[in-house]
Amino acid sequence: MNAPDLEYAALLPMIIVLGAAVVGVLVEAFVPRGPRHLVQVLLALVALAAAFVQVVRLGGTEIVGAVGSVAIDGPALFMQGTVLVLAFVSVMFFAERRIEGGADAFAPAASSLPGSEDERVLVRERVLQTEVYPLAMFSVGGMMLFPAANDLLMMFVALEILSLPLYLLCGMARRRRLLSQEAALKYFLLGAFASAFFLFGAAFVYGFSGSVRFSDIDAALGARIGQEGLLLAGVGLMAVGLLFKIGAVPFHAWTPDVYQGAPTQVTAFMAACTKLAAFGAMLRLFYVALGGVRTDWQPMLWAVAIVTMVVGIIVALTQTDVKRMLAYSSIAHAGFILTALVAVDQVAVSAILFYLATYGFTTLGAFAVVTLVRDAGGEATHLSKWAGLGKRSPLLAATFGLFLLALAGIPLTSGFVGKLAVFSAAFQGGAMPLVIVGVVTSAVAAFFYVRVIVLMFFSEPAAEGPSVAVPSMWTTFGIGVGVAATVLLGVMPGPLLDLAEQASVFIR
Amino acid sequence: MTIPWLTLLIAAPALGAVLTALVPAGRGTLAKQVAIAFSLLSLAIAIAVIAQFELGADRYQLVEQQAWIDALGIYWALGIDGIGAALIALTAVATPIVAMAMWPEAEAEKRDPKAFFALLLAVEALIFTAFLAKDVLLFYIVFEAMLIPLYFMIGMYGGPQRRYAALKFLLYNLFGGLVMLAAVIGLYVQSVDAGNASFLLTDLVALDIPVETQRWLFLGFMLAFAIKAPLWPFHTWLPDAAAEATPSNAAFLSGVADKVGTFGMIALAVPLFPAAAAEFAPVIVVLAVISIVYGALLAIGQTDMKRLIGYTSISHFGFIVLGIFALTERGATGSTLYMINHGLSTIALFVIVGFMISRRRSRLVADYGGMQKTTPKLAGVFLFAGLSGLALPPLSTFLSEFLVIAGTFEQYRAAAVIATVGIVLAALYILWLYQRTMTGPERADIGATRDLGRREIAVVTPLIALILAIGFFPRTVVDVIDDGVGPTLAEVDVEAPPPLVSVTDHAAEGNDE
Repeated sequence: MNAPDLEYAALLPMIIVLGAAVVGVLVEAFVPRGPRHLVQVLLALVALAAAFVQVVRLGGTEIVGAVGSVAIDGPALFMQGTVLVLAFVSVMFFAERRIEGGADAFAPAASSLPGSEDERVLVRERVLQTEVYPLAMFSVGGMMLFPAANDLLMMFVALEILSLPLYLLCGMARRRRLLSQEAALKYFLLGAFASAFFLFGAAFVYGFSGSVRFSDIDAALGARIGQEGLLLAGVGLMAVGLLFKIGAVPFHAWTPDVYQGAPTQVTAFMAACTKLAAFGAMLRLFYVALGGVRTDWQPMLWAVAIVTMVVGIIVALTQTDVKRMLAYSSIAHAGFILTALVAVDQVAVSAILFYLATYGFTTLGAFAVVTLVRDAGGEATHLSKWAGLGKRSPLLAATFGLFLLALAGIPLTSGFVGKLAVFSAAFQGGAMPLVIVGVVTSAVAAFFYVRVIVLMFFSEPAAEGPSVAVPSMWTTFGIGVGVAATVLLGVMPGPLLDLAEQASVFIR
Repeated sequence: MTIPWLTLLIAAPALGAVLTALVPAGRGTLAKQVAIAFSLLSLAIAIAVIAQFELGADRYQLVEQQAWIDALGIYWALGIDGIGAALIALTAVATPIVAMAMWPEAEAEKRDPKAFFALLLAVEALIFTAFLAKDVLLFYIVFEAMLIPLYFMIGMYGGPQRRYAALKFLLYNLFGGLVMLAAVIGLYVQSVDAGNASFLLTDLVALDIPVETQRWLFLGFMLAFAIKAPLWPFHTWLPDAAAEATPSNAAFLSGVADKVGTFGMIALAVPLFPAAAAEFAPVIVVLAVISIVYGALLAIGQTDMKRLIGYTSISHFGFIVLGIFALTERGATGSTLYMINHGLSTIALFVIVGFMISRRRSRLVADYGGMQKTTPKLAGVFLFAGLSGLALPPLSTFLSEFLVIAGTFEQYRAAAVIATVGIVLAALYILWLYQRTMTGPERADIGATRDLGRREIAVVTPLIALILAIGFFPRTVVDVIDDGVGPTLAEVDVEAPPPLVSVTDHAAEGNDE
């Protein structure tokens, strides 16, 4: 049997990132502890930048490669480029060492028992955990492959590549380690469940169509061969797996716990990039492979979209922890994006691509701000501690206020343009009731975003309030990128919208 | 290259807002001076713009159009018509006056005044854009964006309940705005379906939208506007905001910013959805009449002076909406003139009450009495502003109220008759307020109260002058407004039930008898 021909140029971005991850493992083994941190950070950043350059050079490519299992087309490249930029910023947040006084946000050794003598020794010796970088790179590789996967098996493989390192990363917080480990375990158990659902569904669909290739599934749908029951069961089960990853209700239960427990930098990375990759995969699966039975799955996604928006927003209202509030807000945003997804339209693809990019930058920035508000126990995430922050640190409070306004979708921020794009796509797709639910829940959502602004600007500072850490260049630059993207994409969204529009055609 | 006058008009206060915000902390007086200088610069540009406006020429003049977000058909499209010109004039005149009145307010709350003045200019820039926008989405963006600076102005500088009032203001308006967003999207989808994806007002007006769709879209727009220019039963945020905001901020809010709502009704909701507007007009007329009477009755019962003026505004907004939805040219002209006059007289009332509050630190009517003797000038301007509020001829408000009622009478006789009750009640609430605060036995502790200072006289003089000037020489203003109202209503007349015929019929019957 001959070795398959691979389109190396088209696959190069993923090869660079995954290769860098492998090199990162070797760096762990061979580079002495002193320079290791810097080497890992630079390796990751250079690889991400190089991969991004290659993605840009591939612009306009439309090929199905790797023996039909990977599609490199507009949506895939757009997603990959966005993931790379967001991951670049995330890695910069990982590298932050000033706010912990020379240490970073990760436990020196994830295997040491919390509170043990081992841990104290490691902390005293200022040992730095550098395995997070190769882990993050593996995850990024998976996120790039996920929206490009063109058959069910490749999609499953990508799902696992992106998920497994994330489970580990979630358990690595330096502070509040038990909470962090609990989050990792929950995420792992539920994530494994979801993966199993996906795989089970894939098997059913294979049973229906006799192929895992998306184009073959589509053809089988057209020919109406095979057993309808197998197909519907398969679609439902695969939807469970993917809806879990995007955090849609009723598969959202992990989101608040994991977002809260994970190191905030990892939460930022996860919130921005995982959602993006998972929506990418979902778009391809439902549009390319299952577009022929859209009338079967549209009602299901209608229901999920409505429940996701309503539950996400209502539960967010009651949150008292900043990270949990942002987690529920991310659930609600998944609902907003789903309204466009059910439209099955090229306009919807470009709207979702745009929304995911804007949401990613805003979320990254918002979580990065959370890392800076600290008291003796680490990050002060309880909302009561944020009272009067506007008086103590006006710039930081204004930055966070901007991100909140963008999440609320106030005009002249990127969030508004995103919302306009997805809602008009949904409207054009005939999903007017979803748009109505969307705007009403947006109005409710504005309440809890604005509540935080009220707290920061109009309340008197708490007597023993948190201090605002002065970050190094890494975090400062990252937050700056978030602010710039949020404002620029709100005022001048034209170029990115055009790009998303050009990139909105799936190759079949 | 021609000078983009309208963009300049928006850029001047926007730049002023940025520069005011950049003044170093602690230099409060400098920040105020910068802000007032820029508000005067905006006034000068506004005068230059209006001087170029030609009656009877193109409907929209000084038009600028630049693609902004191509992918969605959104334009930076500006143009001025008669209605816009009148409201631009109001905004440009009001802002420096309000800024002067605002001078000591931030310090009275022990806060840095810089942000207050910067936000005021930012709102001015957004209001200008709203009055000039010829792209529905551009209008929507500034309509919503305006809420944020106003929210901070109420929430950071107001009275003890300011946070509650600010949040209520924001949530009410945001809710209306988001419902409007759904309607804006719906309207856009209509234009996409027609093959020309565009948010341009001229393109959208040209669409032939089915009546069934028009109804929903019209209701979406109207909800936002009815909350903004509060119409009963969507009004409850206004009394709270008026009571808790600083007096001049309340003046700016209900005198100028809320006019964006009534402007939206006449310049967007009616011409975009003429059939639906004609259909829903009777319902809205009823709500407007309820607003007139309800606002006036509640004003009579208030013990807090700012809240009282807030309720009078609800009554006045009722008149404005009534005139618009009478869908007659006379009514619409009267309404637009009413917007200007209500702006002037409400600003005067609020800032004068602010002067009183700054002297005695109380908003309650009961804490005043017999001030006429110690502060005759203050009492005099208060009486003048009050009389203007109750539309005493020949003050400017009289003509607008007359036009609104006459215009309504052509279409809805009963509504016009009930609305006149509002005029009687207005006399009651204003004169009774004056009587309780200014006349009667002098309260024991009132003797040392200062009369108006130089700054305060400088604030009220232009207001009084304008109220008199428009009252005696309304011709120019009415001509300008008519120039805009005519073509706006011409779009409705196509499908509206013929109003003038029935009136002439009645008149003819009358003649026969």
